[in-house]
This record gives sequence, C-alpha cells and structure tokens, in this order.
Amino acid sequence: MNTTTQDSATPNTASFAQASSEIVATNISKSYGAGPFAKQVVNDCSFTIESNKLTVMIGPSGCGKSTLIQLIAGFESPDSGTITMNGEPITGPGKDRLVLFQESALFPWMTTYDNIMYGPRARGEDNAEAAQLAEFLLTKVGLEAFRDKYPQQLSGGMQRRAELARAMINKPEVMILDEPFRGLDNMSKELMWEYYAGLYEEDRNTNFFVTTDIDEAIFLADRLLIMTNLPTSTRAVIEIDIPRPRRIDDIGNNARANEIKKEVMTLLHEEAMKSFSGGSKAAADFLDAYSKRAG
Amino acid sequence: MSISKFTDKLFSRATLRGIFAIGIFMVFWEVGARSEEWFGYRFPFIGLVPPPTDVFVSWSGLIADPSYWQSWYMSFLRVFGGFLAAMVVGIPLGLFMAINKSFYGMAFPSFEVLRPIPPLAWVPASIIFWPTQELSIAFVTFLGAFYTIVINVLGGAKSINKQFLQAAQSMGASQWDMFRRIVLPATLPSIVVGSAVGMGITWEVVVAAEMISGGGSSGGGAGGGLGFFIWSSYVGGSYEQIIVGMISIGIAGYISSELLRQLGGLLTPWLKTR
Repeated sequence: MNTTTQDSATPNTASFAQASSEIVATNISKSYGAGPFAKQVVNDCSFTIESNKLTVMIGPSGCGKSTLIQLIAGFESPDSGTITMNGEPITGPGKDRLVLFQESALFPWMTTYDNIMYGPRARGEDNAEAAQLAEFLLTKVGLEAFRDKYPQQLSGGMQRRAELARAMINKPEVMILDEPFRGLDNMSKELMWEYYAGLYEEDRNTNFFVTTDIDEAIFLADRLLIMTNLPTSTRAVIEIDIPRPRRIDDIGNNARANEIKKEVMTLLHEEAMKSFSGGSKAAADFLDAYSKRAG
Repeated sequence: MSISKFTDKLFSRATLRGIFAIGIFMVFWEVGARSEEWFGYRFPFIGLVPPPTDVFVSWSGLIADPSYWQSWYMSFLRVFGGFLAAMVVGIPLGLFMAINKSFYGMAFPSFEVLRPIPPLAWVPASIIFWPTQELSIAFVTFLGAFYTIVINVLGGAKSINKQFLQAAQSMGASQWDMFRRIVLPATLPSIVVGSAVGMGITWEVVVAAEMISGGGSSGGGAGGGLGFFIWSSYVGGSYEQIIVGMISIGIAGYISSELLRQLGGLLTPWLKTR
C-alpha cells in the first residue's frame, strides 16, 4: 500500500492487489425448514474458488446459488461439509470476503461518499489515508461529480459502480458478486462487463461472480463452475482460455467463445430439462430463452 | 428557505387555489347561514349555524382577550407535552422491541391488549390515579400519540432490508455502529410518519379530554384550553365562539403538522430526492 507516501493531491495509483487467497468448499449441504417441510437447497457440493482468478458460477435461476453465497460470506453455516479460506474454516462474515448483492445494498440515507467511507468509519479508520483512497475510488468509478448525491439520484449502473467502490475501499481478499448486473438494461450491462473486467484485470484479485447469463459468464470468467438444478452441486468446471483483455466486440466473433457457449448451453439445457419435468417455472423460462438463442 | 423562495411559495398557484377555495366556501356558508334573513326560507342544517361574518366579529373581539390566547397556550402545552413524552418513551420502546426477540415476546402481547383501548376511555381512570387534572389530561394526550409511534417504529425497524445489515456486518461494523448508522436512519422515515399521525390523534384527544375533565386544575375558561373554550361557549350559548374555537383548533393542528413535516424533511433529506 503506497497511499501514505505519495503526493496527496494526485493519488493516481493505488494498488488493490491482494496476496493469494483460496476458498474451498468440500461436500457442503444445506436445507431450510424442518421435518416434512424441509427443502434441501445444496447437496454434497464441492468446488474451489482459485486464488487470483475470476471464478464465475452459473446455473439455472433459483438453483441455490444465492444460498452458496450466504454460506461463503459466512452469514449462514452449512449443515454438513466444510468451507475454508486459505485453509481456515469460515466462521462468520468478514471484510476479507465482501459481497455485492443482487439488489443495490447502498445505504439510501448516505451520499455516495459516505457510502464508500462506511467500512473504514465502521472500523474506526476514518483518517486521511481512507479519505484519500475514497477520493481515488470515486474517480476510478467515475462518480466524483456524484459524491454528494444519494443512491436514488444515481442510475442503476452508477449504483453498481458506487457499490464496487464501497467494497474495494476495504481491500477484500475475495470479492463475491451475486448477479450484480441483473436488472440493468442491455447497454449498461455490457458497459459494466467491460468496466468490471477492466478492474479485475488491473489487480487480478480473487473474484467469485454468480450469474444466470451465459454471455456474461463467458465474457468474464477465468474458470466457469456450472451448477446442477436444485438441490445444487457442481456439474462441470470449464477453464475459459480466451486471452485478456477481452472486449465485447471480439467475444462475439471468437470461435473458442462460441464453442464454450455451446457446451455450457447443452449442460444447462440438460439441467433445465430435469427440473422442467418437475414443473419448475425457472426451467420453463430458461427453455424459452434457450430456444430463442439456439434458433 | 430563502426569502425569494418563500415569497414564490406564498404567491404560488397552489396557494392561490387554496385561498380561492376557502373564499368560495365562506360565500356559501354566509349565504346558507343568512338564508332565513335574506330569502325568508331557512336552509336545512346550515341555516342554524352562525354566519362567518358574525364569527369573525366574535373572533376580533377575542383577539385582544388574553384568556383566548391562554386557551391556545394550554392546548399547545398539553399536545406537545404529551407528544414529546410519547416520542421519548415510544421510539426507544419500538426500537428495542424490534431488535430484541425476548423483549418483543414479553412486551408485544400486553401492548396489543392495551392498544385498542381508546385514549378517551382512560379519562376517568387517569383522573383517579393522577394527582392533578393537568397530569391526567397530559397522560391521555400521551396515549393518543404513543401507540401510533410505537407501532410505526416497530414496523419500520423490522422491515429493514436484511442486506443492509449483512453489508454493514461484513465491512466490520460493530453492533452499536449498525444500530446507530443503519437501524436508526432506516427507521427514521417510519418515525416521521408515526409522529405525524400521532400528532393528529393528539389534537383529537386533547380537545375531548379538556371537555370531559372540565379544563384542568385551574378550573375556569382561562386555564382550560381550546376544548374547554368550545365547551364553555356551548354552555354559555355563544354559538359564534364555538365556531371560533373549532377553527382555532384547525389552525393549531395545521401549524403542528407543518412544523413536524418541516422537521421530518430536515431529518430525512434523502427522501426528497426521489
């Protein structure tokens, strides 16, 4: 970290690169409810979030991915199995693993700047160094003109960038993103993909990104985890060996990307079919989308 | 608010519309009330009410009367006394019920049994167990705002987005910090709404309580508040003064709500940006 020694007027380089950190889930299971109403959401699921890689988890919607995030973040514990970070079991939430939720979790009563400063202030680190880092991040996410605005005054994409900045100021070892760009219009979504990929490529920290969008998954991922339907477990792992930096325009014409996309769709289609026979609404939605894309 | 902004607002279209509507209402009232005198036929209901001009004559006589303003003062004192006490007790109670499950389990059932009892049903009992009439009126006023404030605070604090708390927790916030900087501001809009509703009920209650209890310890009209003012006007047969009293309460209630709205707006600046 170099922010204390550099020229305070122009903090144009701040490193967010973290030492290696790896999360390993081994045979975890999780159910909700009890007795005859119990519903198993995760079943004997194992996977690794490799250090300094962008791991994307994709699966049919409603397959239990958000539950896995609750477990990894430490808000809940698995019924059986273990989750470790750098070999240590995860026992609760911590600033080493920060989550960006589906819906914006920016605090509506705080301005952009106060939101970004929440973490340092909560830990009693409201000092010049933190303030400088906040300024740097405001510029980095392009919100310096919106520092005194409340979240409702920001567009969907700006809110997501503000939230990225609020997480990054804490220098998490692992960043966990739960369908963060869901609900954005297509144009902002693709801009956010490039933006987020650019941020990742700068520091190459460990990132865990959950999505239901195949194009998003392939564009972003170093490693792709494909999940089964409910109760979820790992169906397949694909290494996405498309070179970085990646650009939206290139990826559409990239033969390897299309090859992977076909493979992923076939796997997800199988999973969707399984739950379709079980009458799942999510599966019907997926099949609908699949037929459009394949056709 | 700057001066120019204020004058803009004062002479805005909305204000003029409001004044116009009140003017039309006054005309109808005057015509209706004087129908017997002017047309030889008394309109039903409205024909029995004193006309607004008589009310204003009666009012102008009262403007210089300190005992009239004393009524205002007494009612305001009771309303704000009871209301502030309801806030001081109600907000922490609602918050504590929301964050502590075992306290909620103990307190909520008795709260829900007491809540449906109308504040006015408490008047006889409170006259018995409070040493002075003043205190018994204040207590009844307090009850008027108390339940509404507690229910709103409880509801607001319980419906906080779970992800706000999870986000704060994972960024390393302590319990106290989460309470102070997440739970409290997230509940503020509900506190403001609960207070506004509670304030309205407080005015309803104070007037009725003053009528029933005979206007407080100092007995006569001077110490009695606006409710007692109306009651003694009725007993004394001065119908114009009844209307003066009613309009005074209307204005007093409006001033109180407006004060609260302004204060609420200052406390929750982020809501204005929607």
